[in-house]
Amino acid sequence: MMPGIEDLYQEIILTHYKAPKHRGTLADPTVSVTQNNPMCGDEIRVDVRLEDGRIADLAHSGQGCSISQSAASMMSEQMVGRTPGEALESIEAFRRVMHGDPAPDDVELGDAEALSGVARFPARVKCALLAWMALKDALQSVDDPKEATGGRSD
Amino acid sequence: MTGAGFDARAVRADVPILAEADAAGRPLAYLDSAATSQKPAAVLAAMDAYYREANANVHRGVYALAAEATERFEAGRASVARLVGSRPEATVFAKNASEAVNVVAYAWGLRNLRAGDVVVVTEMEHHSNIVPWQIVAGLTGARVEFVPVVDDGVLDLAVLERLLATEPVRMVGVVHVSNVLGTINPVAAITRMARDAGALSLVDASQSVPHMPVVFDDVGADFMVFTGHKMLGPTGIGVLAARRDALDAMEPFLGGGEMIRDVRTDGSTWADIPHRFEAGTPPIAEAVGIGAAAEYLMALGMENVRAHETALTGRVLDVLGAVEGIAVYGPRDVARRGSPVSFSLPDIHPHDLAQLVDRDGVCVRAGHHCAKPLMRSLGVPATTRASAYVYTTPDDVDRLGAAIASARAFMGVA
Ligand SMILES: Cc1ncc(COP(=O)(O)O)c(C=O)c1O
Repeated sequence: MMPGIEDLYQEIILTHYKAPKHRGTLADPTVSVTQNNPMCGDEIRVDVRLEDGRIADLAHSGQGCSISQSAASMMSEQMVGRTPGEALESIEAFRRVMHGDPAPDDVELGDAEALSGVARFPARVKCALLAWMALKDALQSVDDPKEATGGRSD
Repeated sequence: MTGAGFDARAVRADVPILAEADAAGRPLAYLDSAATSQKPAAVLAAMDAYYREANANVHRGVYALAAEATERFEAGRASVARLVGSRPEATVFAKNASEAVNVVAYAWGLRNLRAGDVVVVTEMEHHSNIVPWQIVAGLTGARVEFVPVVDDGVLDLAVLERLLATEPVRMVGVVHVSNVLGTINPVAAITRMARDAGALSLVDASQSVPHMPVVFDDVGADFMVFTGHKMLGPTGIGVLAARRDALDAMEPFLGGGEMIRDVRTDGSTWADIPHRFEAGTPPIAEAVGIGAAAEYLMALGMENVRAHETALTGRVLDVLGAVEGIAVYGPRDVARRGSPVSFSLPDIHPHDLAQLVDRDGVCVRAGHHCAKPLMRSLGVPATTRASAYVYTTPDDVDRLGAAIASARAFMGVA
Protein backbone atom coordinates (compact mmCIF):
# COMPACT_ATOMS: atom_id res chain seq x y z
CA MET A 1 0.00 0.00 0.00
CA MET A 2 1.23 3.46 -0.87
CA PRO A 3 1.27 5.64 2.23
CA GLY A 4 -1.45 8.28 2.17
CA ILE A 5 -0.78 11.95 2.21
CA GLU A 6 -2.62 12.29 5.53
CA ASP A 7 0.15 10.22 7.15
CA LEU A 8 2.49 13.01 6.21
CA TYR A 9 0.56 16.25 6.50
CA GLN A 10 -1.22 15.99 9.81
CA GLU A 11 -3.18 18.98 11.05
CA ILE A 12 -0.72 19.71 13.85
CA ILE A 13 2.14 19.81 11.36
CA LEU A 14 0.40 22.42 9.24
CA THR A 15 -0.45 24.39 12.37
CA HIS A 16 3.23 24.58 13.34
CA TYR A 17 4.17 25.38 9.74
CA LYS A 18 1.81 28.32 9.55
CA ALA A 19 2.66 29.69 12.99
CA PRO A 20 6.12 28.40 13.87
CA LYS A 21 7.30 28.64 17.46
CA HIS A 22 10.72 30.12 18.27
CA ARG A 23 11.23 31.34 14.74
CA GLY A 24 14.01 33.90 14.33
CA THR A 25 17.49 34.36 15.69
CA LEU A 26 18.91 34.94 19.19
CA ALA A 27 20.82 38.09 19.99
CA ASP A 28 23.31 36.29 22.23
CA PRO A 29 23.51 32.61 21.27
CA THR A 30 26.01 30.36 23.04
CA VAL A 31 26.28 28.49 19.78
CA SER A 32 24.74 28.72 16.36
CA VAL A 33 24.75 26.05 13.67
CA THR A 34 23.58 26.00 10.06
CA GLN A 35 22.60 22.76 8.38
CA ASN A 36 21.60 22.35 4.79
CA ASN A 37 19.71 19.67 2.98
CA PRO A 38 21.78 18.80 -0.07
CA MET A 39 18.73 17.26 -1.72
CA CYS A 40 16.59 20.37 -1.92
CA GLY A 41 18.98 23.17 -1.00
CA ASP A 42 16.99 24.13 2.09
CA GLU A 43 18.96 25.69 4.89
CA ILE A 44 18.17 25.98 8.58
CA ARG A 45 20.03 27.88 11.26
CA VAL A 46 19.58 26.97 14.91
CA ASP A 47 20.69 29.33 17.69
CA VAL A 48 21.02 28.00 21.24
CA ARG A 49 21.57 29.89 24.48
CA LEU A 50 22.74 27.79 27.40
CA GLU A 51 22.42 29.01 30.99
CA ASP A 52 23.15 27.09 34.19
CA GLY A 53 23.54 23.82 32.29
CA ARG A 54 20.18 24.09 30.55
CA ILE A 55 18.87 25.25 27.19
CA ALA A 56 17.57 28.69 28.15
CA ASP A 57 16.42 29.65 24.67
CA LEU A 58 16.36 28.35 21.11
CA ALA A 59 15.58 29.89 17.75
CA HIS A 60 15.50 28.65 14.18
CA SER A 61 15.64 30.54 10.92
CA GLY A 62 16.11 29.85 7.23
CA GLN A 63 14.00 28.37 4.51
CA GLY A 64 12.27 25.07 4.23
CA CYS A 65 9.21 23.03 3.45
CA SER A 66 6.33 22.41 5.82
CA ILE A 67 8.04 19.31 7.19
CA SER A 68 11.38 20.92 7.98
CA GLN A 69 9.79 24.11 9.34
CA SER A 70 7.26 22.34 11.54
CA ALA A 71 9.94 19.93 12.79
CA ALA A 72 12.07 22.91 13.79
CA SER A 73 9.14 24.54 15.56
CA MET A 74 8.17 21.37 17.43
CA MET A 75 11.76 20.74 18.42
CA SER A 76 12.27 24.23 19.77
CA GLU A 77 9.12 24.01 21.86
CA GLN A 78 10.23 20.68 23.34
CA MET A 79 13.83 21.51 24.06
CA VAL A 80 13.73 24.74 25.99
CA GLY A 81 14.47 24.00 29.64
CA ARG A 82 16.22 20.70 29.03
CA THR A 83 19.82 19.86 29.79
CA PRO A 84 22.00 19.14 26.76
CA GLY A 85 22.10 15.47 27.82
CA GLU A 86 18.31 15.22 27.90
CA ALA A 87 18.05 17.04 24.58
CA LEU A 88 20.54 14.73 22.89
CA GLU A 89 18.55 11.76 24.15
CA SER A 90 15.37 13.16 22.58
CA ILE A 91 17.18 13.92 19.34
CA GLU A 92 18.37 10.32 19.17
CA ALA A 93 14.83 9.09 19.86
CA PHE A 94 13.45 11.34 17.14
CA ARG A 95 16.08 10.17 14.70
CA ARG A 96 15.05 6.58 15.37
CA VAL A 97 11.38 7.40 14.85
CA MET A 98 12.28 8.97 11.50
CA HIS A 99 13.89 5.71 10.52
CA GLY A 100 10.73 3.80 11.32
CA ASP A 101 11.58 2.55 14.82
CA PRO A 102 9.20 3.14 17.73
CA ALA A 103 9.99 5.95 20.16
CA PRO A 104 11.36 4.76 23.50
CA ASP A 105 8.62 5.03 26.15
CA ASP A 106 10.64 7.23 28.45
CA VAL A 107 11.32 9.98 25.92
CA GLU A 108 8.84 12.79 25.46
CA LEU A 109 8.66 14.06 21.88
CA GLY A 110 5.49 16.12 22.27
CA ASP A 111 3.94 17.39 19.04
CA ALA A 112 6.89 15.95 17.11
CA GLU A 113 5.30 12.53 17.48
CA ALA A 114 2.96 13.64 14.71
CA LEU A 115 5.96 13.51 12.38
CA SER A 116 6.26 9.73 12.73
CA GLY A 117 4.43 9.33 9.39
CA VAL A 118 7.38 10.95 7.65
CA ALA A 119 9.28 7.68 8.09
CA ARG A 120 7.13 6.25 5.29
CA PHE A 121 8.29 8.96 2.87
CA PRO A 122 12.06 8.35 2.64
CA ALA A 123 12.60 11.45 0.50
CA ARG A 124 11.27 13.63 3.32
CA VAL A 125 13.15 12.15 6.29
CA LYS A 126 16.03 14.56 5.78
CA CYS A 127 13.60 17.48 5.87
CA ALA A 128 12.27 16.43 9.27
CA LEU A 129 15.74 15.82 10.69
CA LEU A 130 17.35 19.04 9.49
CA ALA A 131 16.78 21.21 12.58
CA TRP A 132 17.26 18.31 14.98
CA MET A 133 20.65 17.49 13.50
CA ALA A 134 21.59 21.15 13.66
CA LEU A 135 20.75 21.20 17.37
CA LYS A 136 22.69 17.98 17.93
CA ASP A 137 25.68 19.51 16.20
CA ALA A 138 25.30 22.67 18.27
CA LEU A 139 25.11 20.86 21.60
CA GLN A 140 28.02 18.57 20.81
CA SER A 141 30.16 21.51 19.85
CA VAL A 142 29.44 23.55 22.96
CA ASP A 143 32.81 22.75 24.50
CA ASP A 144 34.42 24.28 21.47
CA PRO A 145 31.97 26.50 19.60
CA LYS A 146 34.37 26.91 16.69
CA GLU A 147 33.80 23.24 15.94
CA ALA A 148 30.21 23.94 14.95
CA THR A 149 30.53 23.53 11.24
CA GLY A 150 27.01 22.56 10.34
CA GLY A 151 28.28 19.26 9.09
CA ARG A 152 28.98 20.50 5.59
CA SER A 153 30.72 23.47 4.20
CA ASP A 154 28.15 24.35 1.57
CA MET B 1 -1.80 20.29 -32.98
CA THR B 2 1.58 18.92 -33.98
CA GLY B 3 3.60 17.93 -37.01
CA ALA B 4 2.38 15.52 -39.63
CA GLY B 5 2.31 11.95 -38.45
CA PHE B 6 3.15 12.76 -34.87
CA ASP B 7 0.75 11.44 -32.28
CA ALA B 8 1.68 11.66 -28.60
CA ARG B 9 -1.10 9.16 -27.78
CA ALA B 10 0.56 6.60 -30.05
CA VAL B 11 3.93 7.24 -28.42
CA ARG B 12 2.29 6.83 -25.05
CA ALA B 13 0.92 3.47 -26.11
CA ASP B 14 4.49 2.47 -26.98
CA VAL B 15 5.74 3.23 -23.45
CA PRO B 16 4.78 0.37 -21.11
CA ILE B 17 5.02 2.30 -17.84
CA LEU B 18 2.55 4.90 -19.15
CA ALA B 19 0.36 2.55 -21.18
CA GLU B 20 -0.10 0.24 -18.21
CA ALA B 21 -0.99 3.10 -15.86
CA ASP B 22 -3.49 4.36 -18.45
CA ALA B 23 -4.99 0.87 -18.78
CA ALA B 24 -5.28 0.52 -15.01
CA GLY B 25 -7.26 3.78 -14.88
CA ARG B 26 -4.52 5.52 -12.90
CA PRO B 27 -2.88 7.55 -15.66
CA LEU B 28 0.45 9.10 -14.84
CA ALA B 29 1.01 12.73 -15.73
CA TYR B 30 4.76 12.15 -15.91
CA LEU B 31 6.18 15.66 -16.13
CA ASP B 32 9.73 14.88 -15.04
CA SER B 33 11.35 13.90 -18.32
CA ALA B 34 14.08 16.48 -17.84
CA ALA B 35 15.31 14.26 -14.99
CA THR B 36 14.86 11.04 -16.90
CA SER B 37 12.60 9.88 -19.70
CA GLN B 38 10.35 6.84 -19.77
CA LYS B 39 11.32 4.04 -22.19
CA PRO B 40 9.46 2.74 -25.24
CA ALA B 41 8.98 -1.02 -25.57
CA ALA B 42 11.25 -0.98 -28.64
CA VAL B 43 14.19 0.10 -26.46
CA LEU B 44 13.48 -2.52 -23.82
CA ALA B 45 13.01 -5.19 -26.50
CA ALA B 46 16.31 -4.37 -28.19
CA MET B 47 18.19 -4.70 -24.91
CA ASP B 48 16.37 -7.89 -24.00
CA ALA B 49 17.02 -9.36 -27.46
CA TYR B 50 20.69 -8.54 -27.16
CA TYR B 51 21.01 -10.59 -23.96
CA ARG B 52 18.82 -13.41 -25.30
CA GLU B 53 20.30 -13.68 -28.77
CA ALA B 54 23.72 -12.09 -28.99
CA ASN B 55 25.41 -11.79 -25.61
CA ALA B 56 29.19 -12.07 -25.75
CA ASN B 57 32.02 -9.68 -25.01
CA VAL B 58 32.61 -7.22 -27.80
CA HIS B 59 35.68 -6.75 -30.03
CA ARG B 60 38.40 -9.38 -30.42
CA GLY B 61 36.02 -12.35 -30.24
CA VAL B 62 36.58 -14.76 -33.13
CA TYR B 63 33.37 -16.74 -32.91
CA ALA B 64 30.15 -15.70 -34.62
CA LEU B 65 28.32 -14.81 -31.41
CA ALA B 66 31.04 -12.32 -30.42
CA ALA B 67 30.90 -10.84 -33.90
CA GLU B 68 27.13 -10.42 -33.55
CA ALA B 69 27.52 -8.71 -30.16
CA THR B 70 30.13 -6.37 -31.60
CA GLU B 71 27.92 -5.61 -34.55
CA ARG B 72 24.94 -4.67 -32.36
CA PHE B 73 27.15 -2.58 -30.09
CA GLU B 74 28.67 -0.65 -32.99
CA ALA B 75 25.25 -0.33 -34.64
CA GLY B 76 24.12 1.47 -31.47
CA ARG B 77 27.00 3.90 -31.90
CA ALA B 78 26.14 4.39 -35.58
CA SER B 79 22.50 5.19 -34.76
CA VAL B 80 23.48 7.74 -32.13
CA ALA B 81 25.98 9.31 -34.52
CA ARG B 82 23.31 9.53 -37.21
CA LEU B 83 20.88 11.23 -34.81
CA VAL B 84 23.29 14.10 -34.14
CA GLY B 85 25.36 14.01 -37.32
CA SER B 86 28.62 13.14 -35.60
CA ARG B 87 31.23 10.77 -36.99
CA PRO B 88 30.92 7.31 -35.44
CA GLU B 89 34.67 7.13 -34.74
CA ALA B 90 34.42 10.45 -32.90
CA THR B 91 31.37 9.34 -30.91
CA VAL B 92 32.53 7.95 -27.57
CA PHE B 93 30.37 6.08 -25.10
CA ALA B 94 30.67 7.03 -21.44
CA LYS B 95 28.54 6.19 -18.41
CA ASN B 96 26.43 9.37 -18.67
CA ALA B 97 26.77 13.03 -19.59
CA SER B 98 28.66 13.75 -16.37
CA GLU B 99 31.32 11.18 -17.18
CA ALA B 100 31.53 12.48 -20.75
CA VAL B 101 32.43 15.94 -19.41
CA ASN B 102 34.97 14.33 -17.11
CA VAL B 103 36.60 12.60 -20.08
CA VAL B 104 37.29 16.02 -21.58
CA ALA B 105 38.19 17.69 -18.29
CA TYR B 106 40.76 15.02 -17.45
CA ALA B 107 41.99 13.82 -20.85
CA TRP B 108 42.24 17.33 -22.31
CA GLY B 109 42.11 19.73 -19.34
CA LEU B 110 44.53 18.05 -16.97
CA ARG B 111 47.19 17.87 -19.69
CA ASN B 112 46.66 21.20 -21.38
CA LEU B 113 45.58 23.72 -18.76
CA ARG B 114 48.34 25.74 -17.13
CA ALA B 115 48.39 27.96 -14.07
CA GLY B 116 46.54 31.16 -14.89
CA ASP B 117 44.54 29.69 -17.77
CA VAL B 118 40.80 30.24 -17.70
CA VAL B 119 37.89 27.89 -18.27
CA VAL B 120 34.63 29.75 -18.85
CA VAL B 121 31.31 28.13 -18.03
CA THR B 122 27.92 29.69 -17.37
CA GLU B 123 25.86 30.29 -14.29
CA MET B 124 23.10 28.11 -15.74
CA GLU B 125 25.24 24.96 -16.09
CA HIS B 126 24.24 21.71 -14.53
CA HIS B 127 26.80 20.77 -11.84
CA SER B 128 28.18 18.21 -14.28
CA ASN B 129 29.63 20.99 -16.44
CA ILE B 130 30.99 22.93 -13.44
CA VAL B 131 32.47 20.52 -10.93
CA PRO B 132 34.82 18.59 -13.28
CA TRP B 133 36.30 21.93 -14.35
CA GLN B 134 36.68 23.07 -10.76
CA ILE B 135 38.49 19.84 -9.90
CA VAL B 136 40.84 20.08 -12.88
CA ALA B 137 41.37 23.80 -12.28
CA GLY B 138 42.37 22.91 -8.73
CA LEU B 139 44.93 20.45 -10.06
CA THR B 140 46.38 22.74 -12.73
CA GLY B 141 46.13 26.22 -11.24
CA ALA B 142 43.63 27.28 -13.88
CA ARG B 143 40.59 29.40 -12.96
CA VAL B 144 36.89 28.88 -13.68
CA GLU B 145 34.93 32.01 -14.64
CA PHE B 146 31.17 32.22 -14.98
CA VAL B 147 28.99 33.96 -17.55
CA PRO B 148 26.03 35.41 -15.63
CA VAL B 149 22.34 34.90 -16.34
CA VAL B 150 20.35 38.09 -16.89
CA ASP B 151 16.87 39.30 -17.87
CA ASP B 152 14.37 36.49 -18.36
CA GLY B 153 17.03 33.78 -18.07
CA VAL B 154 19.51 34.39 -20.87
CA LEU B 155 23.30 34.55 -20.85
CA ASP B 156 25.09 37.87 -20.69
CA LEU B 157 27.23 37.33 -23.76
CA ALA B 158 28.96 40.68 -23.30
CA VAL B 159 30.67 39.13 -20.29
CA LEU B 160 31.78 36.17 -22.39
CA GLU B 161 33.09 38.54 -25.03
CA ARG B 162 35.05 40.50 -22.42
CA LEU B 163 36.50 37.35 -20.86
CA LEU B 164 37.57 36.06 -24.27
CA ALA B 165 39.19 39.40 -25.10
CA THR B 166 41.02 39.92 -21.81
CA GLU B 167 41.73 36.52 -20.26
CA PRO B 168 43.71 33.47 -21.40
CA VAL B 169 40.55 31.43 -22.00
CA ARG B 170 41.27 27.87 -23.13
CA MET B 171 37.82 26.27 -22.87
CA VAL B 172 34.24 27.51 -23.01
CA GLY B 173 31.58 25.18 -21.60
CA VAL B 174 27.93 25.97 -22.19
CA VAL B 175 24.63 24.17 -21.80
CA HIS B 176 22.53 24.06 -24.97
CA VAL B 177 19.17 24.02 -23.18
CA SER B 178 19.02 24.84 -19.48
CA ASN B 179 17.49 22.04 -17.42
CA VAL B 180 15.99 24.67 -15.08
CA LEU B 181 15.11 27.72 -17.18
CA GLY B 182 14.48 25.94 -20.46
CA THR B 183 16.50 28.66 -22.20
CA ILE B 184 17.91 27.68 -25.59
CA ASN B 185 21.37 29.22 -25.71
CA PRO B 186 22.85 30.47 -29.00
CA VAL B 187 25.49 27.74 -29.00
CA ALA B 188 26.59 28.20 -32.61
CA ALA B 189 27.47 31.84 -31.90
CA ILE B 190 29.13 30.97 -28.60
CA THR B 191 31.30 28.20 -30.04
CA ARG B 192 32.33 30.55 -32.87
CA MET B 193 33.30 33.23 -30.35
CA ALA B 194 35.38 30.65 -28.49
CA ARG B 195 37.10 29.42 -31.63
CA ASP B 196 37.86 32.97 -32.80
CA ALA B 197 39.56 33.58 -29.46
CA GLY B 198 41.60 30.38 -29.74
CA ALA B 199 39.62 28.45 -27.14
CA LEU B 200 37.98 25.03 -27.38
CA SER B 201 34.30 24.58 -26.60
CA LEU B 202 32.11 21.96 -24.96
CA VAL B 203 28.34 22.01 -25.35
CA ASP B 204 26.19 20.13 -22.86
CA ALA B 205 23.37 18.91 -25.09
CA SER B 206 21.72 16.71 -22.45
CA GLN B 207 18.46 18.67 -22.69
CA SER B 208 18.55 19.43 -26.42
CA VAL B 209 19.44 16.20 -28.23
CA PRO B 210 16.36 14.39 -26.85
CA HIS B 211 14.00 17.23 -27.78
CA MET B 212 14.97 19.01 -30.99
CA PRO B 213 17.06 18.60 -34.12
CA VAL B 214 20.71 18.96 -33.12
CA VAL B 215 23.46 18.72 -35.74
CA PHE B 216 26.97 18.42 -34.38
CA ASP B 217 28.57 20.53 -37.11
CA ASP B 218 25.97 23.28 -36.72
CA VAL B 219 26.56 23.44 -32.98
CA GLY B 220 30.18 24.01 -33.92
CA ALA B 221 31.65 22.69 -30.68
CA ASP B 222 34.82 20.68 -30.28
CA PHE B 223 32.97 18.48 -27.79
CA MET B 224 29.29 17.79 -27.21
CA VAL B 225 27.86 15.59 -24.47
CA PHE B 226 24.46 14.05 -23.83
CA THR B 227 22.99 11.17 -21.88
CA GLY B 228 21.03 8.06 -22.84
CA HIS B 229 18.40 8.02 -20.13
CA LYS B 230 16.96 11.43 -21.02
CA MET B 231 16.41 10.44 -24.68
CA LEU B 232 14.20 7.36 -24.23
CA GLY B 233 17.28 5.17 -23.71
CA PRO B 234 18.65 3.33 -20.69
CA THR B 235 20.69 4.60 -17.77
CA GLY B 236 24.39 3.74 -17.68
CA ILE B 237 25.28 5.22 -21.04
CA GLY B 238 26.19 8.71 -22.18
CA VAL B 239 27.85 10.15 -25.23
CA LEU B 240 30.80 12.37 -26.02
CA ALA B 241 30.63 13.50 -29.64
CA ALA B 242 33.76 15.30 -30.71
CA ARG B 243 35.61 16.91 -33.54
CA ARG B 244 37.75 14.10 -34.90
CA ASP B 245 41.08 15.89 -34.70
CA ALA B 246 40.39 17.26 -31.21
CA LEU B 247 39.64 13.77 -29.95
CA ASP B 248 42.51 12.19 -31.82
CA ALA B 249 44.97 14.61 -30.23
CA MET B 250 43.92 13.54 -26.75
CA GLU B 251 45.58 11.05 -24.44
CA PRO B 252 43.26 8.58 -22.66
CA PHE B 253 41.27 9.34 -19.51
CA LEU B 254 40.74 5.88 -18.01
CA GLY B 255 43.20 3.06 -18.63
CA GLY B 256 42.53 -0.66 -18.84
CA GLY B 257 41.32 -3.24 -21.31
CA GLU B 258 39.98 -2.30 -24.74
CA MET B 259 41.74 1.06 -24.95
CA ILE B 260 45.27 -0.09 -25.80
CA ARG B 261 47.24 -0.88 -28.92
CA ASP B 262 50.10 -2.56 -27.07
CA VAL B 263 51.00 -3.07 -23.43
CA ARG B 264 54.58 -3.76 -22.41
CA THR B 265 56.27 -3.73 -19.07
CA ASP B 266 58.02 -0.52 -20.03
CA GLY B 267 54.90 1.29 -21.22
CA SER B 268 51.79 1.12 -23.36
CA THR B 269 50.36 2.65 -26.50
CA TRP B 270 46.78 3.57 -27.19
CA ALA B 271 44.06 2.29 -29.43
CA ASP B 272 42.52 4.53 -32.07
CA ILE B 273 39.50 6.64 -31.26
CA PRO B 274 36.81 6.06 -30.11
CA HIS B 275 38.06 2.94 -28.27
CA ARG B 276 40.96 4.85 -26.71
CA PHE B 277 38.32 6.45 -24.43
CA GLU B 278 36.35 3.31 -23.66
CA ALA B 279 38.43 1.39 -21.14
CA GLY B 280 37.09 -1.98 -20.06
CA THR B 281 34.06 -3.95 -21.18
CA PRO B 282 31.62 -1.27 -22.30
CA PRO B 283 27.90 -1.08 -21.43
CA ILE B 284 26.92 -3.26 -24.40
CA ALA B 285 23.20 -3.72 -23.82
CA GLU B 286 22.97 -0.01 -23.01
CA ALA B 287 24.64 0.87 -26.31
CA VAL B 288 22.07 -1.29 -28.04
CA GLY B 289 19.36 0.49 -26.05
CA ILE B 290 20.53 4.02 -26.79
CA GLY B 291 20.81 3.02 -30.45
CA ALA B 292 17.18 1.82 -30.43
CA ALA B 293 16.18 5.07 -28.73
CA ALA B 294 17.96 7.11 -31.39
CA GLU B 295 16.19 5.11 -34.11
CA TYR B 296 12.85 5.64 -32.39
CA LEU B 297 13.42 9.39 -32.22
CA MET B 298 14.52 9.57 -35.86
CA ALA B 299 11.39 7.66 -36.87
CA LEU B 300 9.27 10.22 -35.00
CA GLY B 301 11.27 12.97 -36.65
CA MET B 302 13.04 15.51 -34.45
CA GLU B 303 11.23 18.42 -36.13
CA ASN B 304 7.94 16.79 -35.14
CA VAL B 305 9.18 16.20 -31.60
CA ARG B 306 10.15 19.85 -31.32
CA ALA B 307 6.82 21.06 -32.71
CA HIS B 308 4.89 18.84 -30.31
CA GLU B 309 6.89 20.04 -27.32
CA THR B 310 6.69 23.67 -28.30
CA ALA B 311 2.91 23.43 -28.30
CA LEU B 312 2.84 21.62 -24.96
CA THR B 313 5.30 23.99 -23.35
CA GLY B 314 3.06 26.87 -24.40
CA ARG B 315 0.22 25.10 -22.64
CA VAL B 316 2.36 24.58 -19.51
CA LEU B 317 3.18 28.31 -19.49
CA ASP B 318 -0.53 29.16 -19.89
CA VAL B 319 -1.66 26.80 -17.15
CA LEU B 320 1.02 28.00 -14.74
CA GLY B 321 0.52 31.64 -15.68
CA ALA B 322 -3.06 31.39 -14.43
CA VAL B 323 -1.94 30.50 -10.89
CA GLU B 324 -2.16 33.44 -8.50
CA GLY B 325 1.17 34.83 -7.33
CA ILE B 326 3.28 32.28 -9.23
CA ALA B 327 6.81 33.08 -10.44
CA VAL B 328 7.72 31.28 -13.68
CA TYR B 329 11.40 31.32 -14.67
CA GLY B 330 12.99 31.41 -18.10
CA PRO B 331 11.93 32.87 -21.45
CA ARG B 332 8.20 33.42 -22.05
CA ASP B 333 8.55 32.90 -25.79
CA VAL B 334 8.29 29.17 -26.55
CA ALA B 335 10.47 29.63 -29.64
CA ARG B 336 13.36 30.54 -27.29
CA ARG B 337 12.94 27.69 -24.85
CA GLY B 338 12.89 23.94 -24.47
CA SER B 339 10.46 22.01 -22.35
CA PRO B 340 11.71 22.38 -18.74
CA VAL B 341 9.60 25.00 -16.94
CA SER B 342 10.55 25.94 -13.38
CA PHE B 343 8.30 27.90 -11.08
CA SER B 344 7.74 28.93 -7.48
CA LEU B 345 4.52 29.50 -5.58
CA PRO B 346 4.59 32.17 -2.90
CA ASP B 347 3.05 30.05 -0.14
CA ILE B 348 3.92 26.45 -0.93
CA HIS B 349 7.43 25.10 -0.78
CA PRO B 350 8.48 23.08 -3.87
CA HIS B 351 8.86 19.92 -1.80
CA ASP B 352 5.36 20.22 -0.44
CA LEU B 353 3.95 20.98 -3.87
CA ALA B 354 5.64 18.00 -5.53
CA GLN B 355 4.39 15.78 -2.73
CA LEU B 356 0.83 17.09 -2.91
CA VAL B 357 0.41 16.90 -6.70
CA ASP B 358 1.69 13.31 -6.55
CA ARG B 359 -1.66 12.48 -4.93
CA ASP B 360 -3.20 13.16 -8.31
CA GLY B 361 -0.66 11.11 -10.27
CA VAL B 362 1.31 14.17 -11.34
CA CYS B 363 5.10 13.72 -11.25
CA VAL B 364 7.10 16.96 -11.04
CA ARG B 365 10.54 17.60 -9.60
CA ALA B 366 11.33 19.85 -6.65
CA GLY B 367 14.79 20.95 -5.67
CA HIS B 368 17.88 22.69 -6.95
CA HIS B 369 18.03 20.53 -10.11
CA CYS B 370 21.81 20.20 -9.74
CA ALA B 371 22.19 23.87 -10.66
CA LYS B 372 22.98 25.58 -7.37
CA PRO B 373 24.85 28.55 -8.85
CA LEU B 374 21.74 29.28 -10.92
CA MET B 375 19.49 28.90 -7.87
CA ARG B 376 21.62 31.46 -6.04
CA SER B 377 21.36 33.82 -8.96
CA LEU B 378 17.57 33.38 -9.01
CA GLY B 379 17.57 33.95 -5.24
CA VAL B 380 15.65 30.77 -4.38
CA PRO B 381 16.85 27.57 -2.69
CA ALA B 382 14.67 25.39 -4.87
CA THR B 383 12.00 25.44 -7.57
CA THR B 384 9.38 23.07 -8.86
CA ARG B 385 9.90 21.93 -12.45
CA ALA B 386 7.56 20.44 -15.02
CA SER B 387 8.96 19.08 -18.27
CA ALA B 388 7.15 17.53 -21.21
CA TYR B 389 8.31 14.97 -23.73
CA VAL B 390 7.13 12.94 -26.71
CA TYR B 391 4.52 11.02 -24.70
CA THR B 392 3.15 14.03 -22.84
CA THR B 393 -0.41 15.00 -23.73
CA PRO B 394 -2.36 18.24 -23.22
CA ASP B 395 -4.36 16.31 -20.64
CA ASP B 396 -1.19 15.77 -18.56
CA VAL B 397 -0.62 19.51 -18.54
CA ASP B 398 -4.21 20.28 -17.56
CA ARG B 399 -3.94 17.77 -14.75
CA LEU B 400 -0.91 19.66 -13.44
CA GLY B 401 -3.04 22.79 -13.31
CA ALA B 402 -5.82 21.02 -11.45
CA ALA B 403 -3.39 19.35 -9.05
CA ILE B 404 -1.78 22.69 -8.20
CA ALA B 405 -5.23 24.12 -7.46
CA SER B 406 -6.03 21.24 -5.15
CA ALA B 407 -2.62 21.51 -3.44
CA ARG B 408 -3.30 25.19 -2.77
CA ALA B 409 -6.69 24.31 -1.32
CA PHE B 410 -5.07 21.65 0.90
CA MET B 411 -2.53 24.12 2.24
CA GLY B 412 -5.24 26.71 2.75
CA VAL B 413 -3.79 29.26 0.35
CA ALA B 414 -6.40 29.05 -2.43
C1 LIG C 1 21.74 19.94 -18.63
C2 LIG C 1 22.19 18.67 -18.00
N1 LIG C 1 23.47 18.32 -18.05
C3 LIG C 1 23.92 17.18 -17.52
C4 LIG C 1 23.09 16.33 -16.86
C5 LIG C 1 23.67 15.11 -16.23
O1 LIG C 1 23.25 13.94 -16.83
P1 LIG C 1 23.75 12.58 -16.18
O2 LIG C 1 23.22 12.59 -14.78
O3 LIG C 1 23.12 11.52 -16.99
O4 LIG C 1 25.22 12.59 -16.20
C6 LIG C 1 21.73 16.67 -16.74
C7 LIG C 1 20.78 15.79 -16.05
O5 LIG C 1 20.53 15.77 -14.90
C8 LIG C 1 21.28 17.87 -17.33
O6 LIG C 1 20.00 18.23 -17.23
